[in-house]
Amino acid sequence: MIGTGKIKQYANVLDKPLGKGKQEVPSLSLASLFVSLSAFAFLFSELVQYNQTQVDNISELETRLEDAGYAVGARVLELLCHRDKGNRRETRLLGILSFVHSTVWKVLFGKVADSLEKGTEHEDEYMISEKELLVNRFISIPKDMGTFHCGAFVAGIVKGVLENAGFPAVVTAHFVPVEGQQRPRTTILIKFAEEVVCLGVG
Amino acid sequence: MAAIYSLYIINKSGGLIFYKDYGSKGRMDTNDSLRVASLWHSMHAISQQLSPTTGCSGIELLEADTFDLHCFQSLTGTKFFVVCEPGTQHMEALLKVVYELYTDYVLKNPFYEMEMPIRCELFDINLTQAVQKDRVVLLGR
Repeated sequence: MIGTGKIKQYANVLDKPLGKGKQEVPSLSLASLFVSLSAFAFLFSELVQYNQTQVDNISELETRLEDAGYAVGARVLELLCHRDKGNRRETRLLGILSFVHSTVWKVLFGKVADSLEKGTEHEDEYMISEKELLVNRFISIPKDMGTFHCGAFVAGIVKGVLENAGFPAVVTAHFVPVEGQQRPRTTILIKFAEEVVCLGVG
Repeated sequence: MAAIYSLYIINKSGGLIFYKDYGSKGRMDTNDSLRVASLWHSMHAISQQLSPTTGCSGIELLEADTFDLHCFQSLTGTKFFVVCEPGTQHMEALLKVVYELYTDYVLKNPFYEMEMPIRCELFDINLTQAVQKDRVVLLGR
């Protein structure tokens, strides 16, 4: 038969293995896992522009982007637990955080997040930092929009993953200026709800 | 050393949407740069009409005693042109790079309104880098 060579046929798209390791060259079966950055950038740009027409102020816009991301996060958690974790879900705080930092980030952005740190001032705060967030690659925020950050979408994804895994949290995205660098870095601040901290999981 | 004097981007109706000058020569105030932009837009359109050959796409290079003007028009009618020292090489390539930066950092930016003046931090940063890189290449020859 034609085309049945070595390529294994998967009945379900979710069962398809993901590329692992750095040196992997995208093969035919993996090619479908990569999305054009341009296509994504235009779609995301449209998402922001559409939402901009629906709101009166900046914080409302941020909320809407976060909600859009939340739905992605909920789905991504479900998918990755099935595909990468053998239908197991992380139940420890640090476990789920490193799951977000590595597994989720790798699937969504093709790389592990630059860093995952614990907040110094508060026990219940964690931070995921990125030098240049993928969604922000082509976006310049106008000066009059103040602290607005398109990373609100990514913050929503993180919130979606955490909340659906049983760790309710408030997640926000911020610009943090870096000395000697023209562009600020992005920090996703995760503040867990009281009950998570009370459980003492971690 | 060959040098770039200034860079212009004009929208399809002839309005100046981006202007930047490099170095002291050929510096112009805002009104003059707007005037040059709309003049060039009209001249470009006229040249298209007057051309004896069919399918002419307008002036690509204007050579004067004191400067060269290289122009690149995208399919959508946005024009990019650079004014430089006579005999400067590789300007077509630079204009293509500028066009690429425009499509990336201006058109993919949700806060940019089409046909309006370009105020995008990332575009400025990357443009400066591209022009500097071009200078390094020119110096290295």
